[in-house]
Amino acid sequence: MSNYFSNIFHTTKSLFTGLGVTIREMFRKPVTVQYPREVIPVSPHFRGPLELLKKEEGGFRCIACENCARNCPSSCLTVVSRRSEESKKKVLVSFTQDFTRCSLCGICVEVCPASALAYSSTDVYLAGFTREEFLLDLIARANKGEGP
Amino acid sequence: MDFSFLPPELLRMILSILLVVTVVFANAIFMVYAERKVAGHVQRRFGPYEVGWHGVLQPFVDALKLMGKELVVPRNASPFLFRFAPVLAFTPVVIPFLVFPFAEKLTVLDLDIGLVLILAISSINIMAILVAGWSSNNKYGLFGAMRSVAQDISYEIPILLSLLSVALITNSFNLRTIVQAQIGGVWFCLLQPVAFIIYFIAAVAETNRAPFDLPESESELTAGFHTEYSGMGFGLFYLGEYTNMFIACSVAAAVFLGGWSGLPLPADAWTGVIWYFLKVYLLMFIMLWIRWTYPRVRFDQLMNLSWKYLIPFSLLNLIITAVVVKLT
Repeated sequence: MSNYFSNIFHTTKSLFTGLGVTIREMFRKPVTVQYPREVIPVSPHFRGPLELLKKEEGGFRCIACENCARNCPSSCLTVVSRRSEESKKKVLVSFTQDFTRCSLCGICVEVCPASALAYSSTDVYLAGFTREEFLLDLIARANKGEGP
Repeated sequence: MDFSFLPPELLRMILSILLVVTVVFANAIFMVYAERKVAGHVQRRFGPYEVGWHGVLQPFVDALKLMGKELVVPRNASPFLFRFAPVLAFTPVVIPFLVFPFAEKLTVLDLDIGLVLILAISSINIMAILVAGWSSNNKYGLFGAMRSVAQDISYEIPILLSLLSVALITNSFNLRTIVQAQIGGVWFCLLQPVAFIIYFIAAVAETNRAPFDLPESESELTAGFHTEYSGMGFGLFYLGEYTNMFIACSVAAAVFLGGWSGLPLPADAWTGVIWYFLKVYLLMFIMLWIRWTYPRVRFDQLMNLSWKYLIPFSLLNLIITAVVVKLT
């Protein structure tokens, strides 16, 4: 019998605790983001498609050593280069990433001796209608960012 | 236009029925919006936001959408009963509005058995749910309907007993008399706090609202009794549910919270309706608040609550009230 009344007491108490929680939450600011009008800032650690970095004086940092392409477990990087006539150094001709196969493991970024690769953290809206849209020409993407 | 050729009583009847139906629909539209907004903010979302300013037009476009949809009658369902159930859920709920004392001079029918009428009519809702669940030839529908009947029968008793203790004090079933008795003295929620709390808990269960929404428990029974309903059939059930909420809260406001009484306003006999609606919607808000706080009870817990807690306490309350009334 005493159990019966203590039951009532504890239940009532916990019921009011619950009501208190919900009414407090009700008057706090909603945490949802109204997506098309508001966007969350992208985390700097976001792993988007690769990005070719540039030297401060201009030109790509990439030395076309192809370490990234050789180490890529998904074989999704293609680096094409030619040997320059005068300096006998390799010059980057094209750098493509097949983003449909990339697993974003990050080995390419780690092995790059010239620190020429990074993940882009700007392009988070990765959606398209064809596969070909994800064969990314990184040189064109890097140049596009400079503006007209 | 000149309406003087009509008998004044007929004119009064037409006007009041129009008003009542307007209140019913306006209440449903408002409650759909309020429910979604409260749900949103409790969960720290915005709720409807896109249609109109802060989503105020959302219930209207929802209603339009529901009206545009087809009422699909499932194969092997009982077609007449299936179509009849939503109507049965919605039409009787208009009747209790006739006896509510909205303000001192704002009652359609000053009926001496008003309280009994309301309780009798609001029980028809159970019939509608049973008919809907049974006729749709769906196991979930039938389960929901069966639960609803068991639940509503057990919660009818505490409702009756708690209202009866007030009726003992006022010696009347007339809602106007009950309100006037409170204007003279104290509100009955202070005089009969146990009855008020029991009435409110049982009313939440009686209107099949969460945490007692077992007839439509969506996690177990898809949607319970209205699983098979689409379009306006489904819409009418919702209209009925919100109207039943209004009725339950309205009875509570009249019987326990002093009806139209409140701070004095100009033209009190008419504007008391403001206080009345304020009290009703305060109680409705508490119902919404409860819904979005508690998880659904299990069926045995539901029955335990009624038979082991609410009924003994309301009986005890009734007996004590009877003794005190007799002695004084």
